[in-house]
Amino acid sequence: MAKFEKPKALLDVPLHYCPGCTHGIAHRLVAEAMDELDITGKTIGIAPVGCSVFAYNYFNCDMQQASHGRAPAVATGIKRAMPDNIVFSYQGDGDLASIGAAEIVSAAARGEKITVIFINNAIYGMTGGQMAPTTLLGQKTTTSPYGRDENIQGYPIRMVEMLSQLDGCAYAERVSMHNYPNVLKAKKAVKKAFETQIAGKGFAIVELLSTCPTNWGLSPVDALKFVEEKMIPQYPLGVFKEV
Amino acid sequence: MRGAFIDANICKGCGLCVTACPKKIIEIDTSTINAKGYAPAHVVDQDGCIACGACYGMCPDCAITVER
Amino acid sequence: MAKVLMKGNEAIAEAAILAGCRFYFGYPITPQNEIPEYMSRRMREVGGTFLQAESEVAAINMVYGAAGCGKRVMTSSSSPGISLKQEGLSYIAGAELPCVVVNMVRGGPGLGGIQPAQSDYYQATRGGGHGDYRMIVYTPSTVQEAAEMVAKAFTVADRYRIGVMILGDGMIGQIMEPVDLEAIKVEPENTKKLWATTGTDSKDGKRSVVNSLYIDPNELEVVNQRLEAKYDVIAAYETEYEEYMLDDADVMLVAYGTTARICKSAVAKAREEGIKLGLFRPKTVWPFPYDALAKAAEGKKAVISVEMSLGQMVDDVRIAVNGKCPVHFTGRTGGVIPTPKEILDYVKEVR
Repeated sequence: MAKFEKPKALLDVPLHYCPGCTHGIAHRLVAEAMDELDITGKTIGIAPVGCSVFAYNYFNCDMQQASHGRAPAVATGIKRAMPDNIVFSYQGDGDLASIGAAEIVSAAARGEKITVIFINNAIYGMTGGQMAPTTLLGQKTTTSPYGRDENIQGYPIRMVEMLSQLDGCAYAERVSMHNYPNVLKAKKAVKKAFETQIAGKGFAIVELLSTCPTNWGLSPVDALKFVEEKMIPQYPLGVFKEV
Repeated sequence: MRGAFIDANICKGCGLCVTACPKKIIEIDTSTINAKGYAPAHVVDQDGCIACGACYGMCPDCAITVER
Repeated sequence: MAKVLMKGNEAIAEAAILAGCRFYFGYPITPQNEIPEYMSRRMREVGGTFLQAESEVAAINMVYGAAGCGKRVMTSSSSPGISLKQEGLSYIAGAELPCVVVNMVRGGPGLGGIQPAQSDYYQATRGGGHGDYRMIVYTPSTVQEAAEMVAKAFTVADRYRIGVMILGDGMIGQIMEPVDLEAIKVEPENTKKLWATTGTDSKDGKRSVVNSLYIDPNELEVVNQRLEAKYDVIAAYETEYEEYMLDDADVMLVAYGTTARICKSAVAKAREEGIKLGLFRPKTVWPFPYDALAKAAEGKKAVISVEMSLGQMVDDVRIAVNGKCPVHFTGRTGGVIPTPKEILDYVKEVR
């Protein structure tokens, strides 16, 4: 009997992500939560614009593809139309923290009963490694070739801390996927974010610190070290809100 | 059948499972190249597997199944 | 029920409710605020959802989400707000989602003004956002017609899985006229929408994806060609227009919406003076009644497009007439409304 196998909430197709990209782990964690909560048949997911734009090809549930940053607004429309269904958005840092900042803040403030999976890898992956709102100070990207300078590009945004301040936010946690023990914690957080929605408590977000080996110019294993050594000090792990 | 089973056709050879395995029984098989052009990981000592799931947990491609 | 006196914006909102619209997402902007205000009150009474979004951009994406679930959904705005919605409208076209969008046009460009205008004609009829696409665009000229067109818009939107725009202006939205709500025809909604994302459990396991991304150019070309074929069917079956006193006319005005009403007064004045003037009124500006207009223009001394803009629809009039008779333009812009006398003076100038 299989003990660990690909969850049923993921379709049996190979993922297109670069070798070692933690998007695949995050996809699996979402799917495992859907399997364990037995909600796949009534879940509607929202794919963003970014590397995970093809998420609609992977999750074995109904999916909508949203324009860049608008996933929380699309999620709002879906959840208001289908209040008994489960709605989640899957968004990257450019999508959620830059172009979609208004939508995520407003959705959280309204306490939309949705689950947001926020992938923070401090870079724009799909477009080729440009600076993100979450890019670290000093970090070199294709649009911050001299390193991010706070005097020019400002500071990285801590989204879950910010969103946790809103009364409509029922659950906000930051987790990391840089090693197995942290992946297990991330799994619990993702499940909790769905349970928060099922319980009708309000807006739930999990920020998953992720890698981009390709655009960081690091090996997949070194990319995990970068998360542990560079990202976690800027983006501390933990639960910032739990109602 | 107990052990970790890696689908060599799906594996992209990223090596995260190699680092994650506490028993150090997974290696990149540099003698093989799969259809995608990657050298896939393989289990070198299936008897040494404790079915902990760490390799499965760190695999970004759902290429690994672990059985007790 | 007797006729009731309603503002255009209110009649539009009530007609939407009558047509089964139970979801409204919008953002305040003059001169259409009576629509969200009316909806905020009425939606609760009928068990629907009204939500004031954080922006027009968010509102149209909420429409996208609800429309993707197969619900009758609507938004409304005015010119600058409609510009903001264009991204969402393009996605709605690509994903083939039915919805109704009201544009109570005001003067532009930029923040422009808040008085009635028809300067969003290009935006409304040429797709508006990026990509090869169209929306069906109805142009009501009375409050009663606005209400009837809204009800029809929901049916047509569902029939073709397309965004439908009601292109009014500040005048149509703000004017008060008697409305017979019972005269509004509502066709029963086909609620079986297997393409909609309502959860796989609700469709015997069938998985639905609402999407407009086709990374393979050959695939995207096929999608665009399929959309084009759909647009051709719409043009064949949904084009609407009115011919007013054209039988013996030697000069033909072409106007839609508020301007068409003023033109009817100009026609009456002209007839009093013995000038054989008539009016061709497109009721849909996409699809544009090219064939009917071409036929109506036959043998005319002059065709004059009258608009509250610097001349946008006149391009379509020229396409339709195709050089068979002289095409002229007259209009006011920036929120200024042309008078029947101004129009008649222009007729006298060119005939």
